[in-house]
Amino acid sequence: MHRRMLAALAWALALTCGPNAWAASDAELDQIRAQIQDLKRSYEARIKALEERLDAAEAEAAAAKAAAEKAQAAPPPVAQAPAPSAPAAGASPTRGLAAFNPAISAILNGQYANLSQDPNRWRMAGFLQGGDVGPGKRGFSLGESELAFSANVDPLFSGSLIFSITPEDTVSVEEAYGILKGAPFDAVPKFGRFFSGLGYLNEQHNHVWDFTDAPLAYQAFLGGQYQQNGVQLTWVAPTDQYLMLGGEVGNGDAFPGTDRNKNGAGSGVVFARTGGDVGDSHSWLAGVSYLQTGAGSREDTIPDASGNPALVGFSGRSRLWNASFVWKWAPHGDPHYTNFKLQGEYFWRREDGDLEVFPAGAVSSTTAPYTSRQAGGYIQGIYQFMPLWRFGLRYDRLDPGTVDYGANAVFLTPSSFHPERSTAMLDWSPSEFSRVRLQFGQAKVSPGFTDNEWYLQYILSLGAHGAHIF
Amino acid sequence: MPSIPRFILALALAAACGAAHAALGVFATVPEWAALSQELGGDKVRVYCATSPLQDPHHVQARPSLIARARTADLVVATGAELEVGWLPLVLQQAGNDKVQPGSPGYFEATSVVALLGKPTRLDRAEGDVHPQGDPHIQGDPRNVARVAAALSQRLQQLDPADAAYFQSRYRDFSSRWNAAIAKWEQEAAPLKGVPIVVQHKGFTYLEAWLGLKEVAALEPKPGMEPTTSHLAEVLATLQRQPAKMVVHAAYQSDQASEWLGERAKIRVVMLPFTVGGTDGAKDLFGFYQDTIERLLKGAA
Repeated sequence: MHRRMLAALAWALALTCGPNAWAASDAELDQIRAQIQDLKRSYEARIKALEERLDAAEAEAAAAKAAAEKAQAAPPPVAQAPAPSAPAAGASPTRGLAAFNPAISAILNGQYANLSQDPNRWRMAGFLQGGDVGPGKRGFSLGESELAFSANVDPLFSGSLIFSITPEDTVSVEEAYGILKGAPFDAVPKFGRFFSGLGYLNEQHNHVWDFTDAPLAYQAFLGGQYQQNGVQLTWVAPTDQYLMLGGEVGNGDAFPGTDRNKNGAGSGVVFARTGGDVGDSHSWLAGVSYLQTGAGSREDTIPDASGNPALVGFSGRSRLWNASFVWKWAPHGDPHYTNFKLQGEYFWRREDGDLEVFPAGAVSSTTAPYTSRQAGGYIQGIYQFMPLWRFGLRYDRLDPGTVDYGANAVFLTPSSFHPERSTAMLDWSPSEFSRVRLQFGQAKVSPGFTDNEWYLQYILSLGAHGAHIF
Repeated sequence: MPSIPRFILALALAAACGAAHAALGVFATVPEWAALSQELGGDKVRVYCATSPLQDPHHVQARPSLIARARTADLVVATGAELEVGWLPLVLQQAGNDKVQPGSPGYFEATSVVALLGKPTRLDRAEGDVHPQGDPHIQGDPRNVARVAAALSQRLQQLDPADAAYFQSRYRDFSSRWNAAIAKWEQEAAPLKGVPIVVQHKGFTYLEAWLGLKEVAALEPKPGMEPTTSHLAEVLATLQRQPAKMVVHAAYQSDQASEWLGERAKIRVVMLPFTVGGTDGAKDLFGFYQDTIERLLKGAA
């Protein structure tokens, strides 16, 4: 019944919508016939699909919604276009309440490490450390496992929550942020906790890194990775040349800052990135960024002039500049068979303030002005020489720069040692969702301390398909 | 007079003037939709294609240039059905362009108007790179292109009502040429009906359905996984029971596995353009199907 009516309607439509070529030649008539045939075919398909949808809707009222939303990370809040033959109607794998479940993914990450030196003695000479540094545990260990949820909240917001589960069975919130959609000037405001847009590697989660561990410069200047609790605003210029500007304010409690129990912003970051393609096969991205934060009694234990451990606390201002560059090559832009990636970053840091020193065995501390100007960076190249297999080299080097301990120079002597590390890795990725990596690095982080670090690592990703970050 | 405000004012003015009568910026994810947008939009559109014809559309990175182009686009023309799931959501999110976010009129998915084939019976990553909603490579069948053209033309008219009549007349012109071409191709391809073939990647479902080709085996053990020697040996054994005329691979794929099989099974290796620009003959949408059919006919001869 319905079918006939709709078919008649389709014919009427076909007749009225056809080209106005009534005084047509045979050839034109043939064309019109072909068009009408096509229209008929398409309307039949549409009617069939509509009938199927009706059936599905009767069977389960929620099915239509399920199909429209497809339970994906970025589901279109309104159904696509007229979608006459909505193909997925009634056949979507999720239905009812589950239709609104966020996209979920889990990362399983684990490793075997063979370290020639005691990791507890590992420290970068001349640098006040903090955060998550060092080569990790010896032997088998679970790396950071990750659990991520993301979805559109409503027409205004989308949100992401990423837990990190450490081998010590503690759970931390790695990122938890909302994004305001449709902001004026097409800016993208992000708020909550997130990895800062500082540098290139900082925003990337460790399971997408090309090496098992973070570059030394990230460990020395950011304590691994810089996490921001605050707000971020990024804006891409409406030009064919990619230009992105961003700024952040946060509470500044992450290394190199500390929680200072104050209102207002404890840290600020600004960054700019630009990039583009060169021909079909090359693309690049370059960026500069600046972080300013402050610390109040940021503690570390460093060897004093006679080699005994001294507890120190830094209070003052910390400023960090970063320049980064990434260049990628893939024949005709297709990285599937072979590709190459060259990446480098350099940091400059300046810290001014006071250093409180508790020399070993002392009963009281002394506080004196402290200034440091230090730098460091890394360069790495990753070559995929055949499908699934990649080989990479990385070189890290830190510059102890100049450190002025002021009156504390009685206890502490500035280091002139340049910590460095050379790393090679080979990884195999049977699919987009799994990777096994063998890595060897030789780290000379303090005088007379050469650590040969072997890692065998696996990374498995379950669930929602992540995006390929450049 | 401070120079910075004046500079900003000049920029704003330039932007306002540019926006007043600019062509519609179309960001197409793959060359077939770029070509179609150009056919339908003529000189009222400015088309940018995100991928090259020699690029595996599954493996694209959110390159800076893509983000910049998505930022200035008025319309994103994607395939949908999760073909672009690995990069487009990220590009659109980073670009922040409110006009082209999924759900807005500036976001168009070709698969939304086509009934998809090859819906997986088992949704499991153990089955390889499966597309849960069905095979997204709908460009294998020109009748799908006709459906997409109708919907895409409507979308162009909706986004740029001032030029609606222009888009309508271009659509009518394209549609009549297209239907005539389909009839011609179907006639030429008649000998291909029932011809057994081996494919390297399961990306020709719609082409097979259209021309009546019979897929005997695939060289990839699971979709998206590289052919292995053990699987190739199995395919070879299958071909002894069930001979095929040719082994087919897309232009963006390495021909190694296909050549290996072709040599041993003594069948022809046929490279197909897979999209517009994949071969020299496939320089536009019409050339794409013409060249595909000619190559298949040569393979089947």
